[in-house]
Amino acid sequence: MEKPIEGEKKVFMTGNEVVAWAALAAGAEIMYGYPITPQNEIMHYWTRLAPKYGRMFLQTEDELSAGFTTIGGVMGGRRAFTATAGPGNVLMQEPMAMAEMMRLPVVVIIMQRGGPSTGTVIYSQQEVTLTTLGGNGEGFRIVYSTASNQELFDYVIKAFNTAWKYRFPTFVLGDGYQAKMREPLVIYDPEVRGISPVPAEPFLGKPGVPGVDRPPGHYRNTYNTEEELYEVIMGLARAYEAIIPEVVEFEEEAVEGAQLLVMSHGVVSRAAKSAVRALRRDGYPVGYFRPITLRPLPVEVMRRRAKEVRQILVAESAYGQFARLVKEALYGLQVEIVPLFRPGLGINPEDIYSRVQELIKGGEKGAGHIAATHA
Amino acid sequence: MQGILQPPMPKSWRKETKPHKFCPGCGHGIALKALGQAIDELGLQGIAVFGCDIGCSLLAWDFFDLDTVQTHHGRTIPVMVGLKRARPELICIAYMGDGGGYAIGAQHLVNAATRNEKITAILINNTQYGMTGGQMAPTTLPGQKTETTPYGRDPELTGYPTQGPEMVAAITDERAYVARGTVARPGQLREFFKRALQNQIDGRGFSFVEVISACPTNWRTNAKETWEWVEKLMPTYFRVGELKVPEALRGKGVEAKDEETP
Repeated sequence: MEKPIEGEKKVFMTGNEVVAWAALAAGAEIMYGYPITPQNEIMHYWTRLAPKYGRMFLQTEDELSAGFTTIGGVMGGRRAFTATAGPGNVLMQEPMAMAEMMRLPVVVIIMQRGGPSTGTVIYSQQEVTLTTLGGNGEGFRIVYSTASNQELFDYVIKAFNTAWKYRFPTFVLGDGYQAKMREPLVIYDPEVRGISPVPAEPFLGKPGVPGVDRPPGHYRNTYNTEEELYEVIMGLARAYEAIIPEVVEFEEEAVEGAQLLVMSHGVVSRAAKSAVRALRRDGYPVGYFRPITLRPLPVEVMRRRAKEVRQILVAESAYGQFARLVKEALYGLQVEIVPLFRPGLGINPEDIYSRVQELIKGGEKGAGHIAATHA
Repeated sequence: MQGILQPPMPKSWRKETKPHKFCPGCGHGIALKALGQAIDELGLQGIAVFGCDIGCSLLAWDFFDLDTVQTHHGRTIPVMVGLKRARPELICIAYMGDGGGYAIGAQHLVNAATRNEKITAILINNTQYGMTGGQMAPTTLPGQKTETTPYGRDPELTGYPTQGPEMVAAITDERAYVARGTVARPGQLREFFKRALQNQIDGRGFSFVEVISACPTNWRTNAKETWEWVEKLMPTYFRVGELKVPEALRGKGVEAKDEETP
């Protein structure tokens, strides 16, 4: 069967379309999904493309089912994924808790919409807490926050390999702007970039007769005693901590000599980068830092950068969900954290430019929070 | 001695995990024996995957020499659906209680049946939530005392027992197999399971078997009273028999038998 993408190709696509192509290119074999805006077109493109390449689709009765059928597909040894948003992401957390407990390599694409509740169908960065730390667990999962359609392509491909290599549920956290925005990008066959698929292996339905040729695979998420559970969770914690140095990703610019650092993630980081470039051009000592992995966060480099500046401006389209992660990462440091919170609203370069200008010109103090109470 | 003083365990049972973890007098053991026999007779040990729910059914997570996954409450059907879609050559069995199938996971049962998902769902009906200590279930009998109906279930307030197989029969097409068996007739139950599995082996459609079962622990019944519930009282609300049999499964020597009725 022909490859979905031969070599490299310049295209002009919406983020949702990009995700479908990326999943095809990554060798995803089956998608399970339930309609919710703004991720619907991922399914629309997938259902049109998948049969041409021998891939499958199931429309489920809700996101609980979408998540649990994805688990079934993954346990059968298939590269399986789902996509959701907003209230669907809330329901998705139940199956993701099971995936976290059992280290199942599910891949979930999230296109954030406004919240809480039904919110808007359009845009926000308000699913950060849910996606990084949702469920009744400890957040043993990997979350990539993308900023452009090119990154959506790159990180959806990467997500499948990350999930199957490290065996933690893996999320690509986009948003409604990325989902619906049309942008130029290059799509490619991963092989031409030296990216080989990490092989998927079955948990259930392995070769041989269980109990005769091999022991049966018995998988559970329920334990009898506190001690039994504790051992399991600590095993997960050790495994998760061990992979952090390999998994974390970030982007930074103009951090040399910066007195103020603009910290943001996802699509807002594009506004932040533009603002920082303009501020630098105009002589302000400002740097740009953006974690690409929100779980795990690149804590080490964030702390190093935080020590070099007086202030950090945290810009996000939520009321402090990303800032809470930043504060935890920087706990104990004497750096002022200044919020620029616009829940459910886009952030433009001008918003960041003018806020930074105020902070530096005014030498403003007291409007922000100190990361910690002791140095 | 085995085979002389006691009948042998099904080959597909995992001996290392026996005796099983269910309460004395529980119906799960009988149902799982009938299922084990059906798996043996159809030669499915190498391709059958067992999914079990939350509630007492989770205690079966290491019961068989089969690849097994214990899921969340009500979510065994979607896990098995996802697996079957991804690996159609496997025989996927979703095993759950009445709370999992008729309450918290009802949407999955309804939609899997409607879509004619090619899996086999088995639901143990013991008229209440066993693992959580005996609360009212969708199947609780009118007047039955439970922890959440301490004065007896009042149909005016909480309705009548769910007619699960009747519902599944009503929403499926002619490719589905639907039956209600009872632990009081393990031979018949085994044949129902065999047909339910055969329907999946043939790639025909959704199969559903409800099993009338016993919970003396939460019913607070002795042996005699327990069997009266199972054999006499429950069948007055839940009719035992096959509700839907695809044409191809009829007259193939797997007619319902009850030679093992105690």
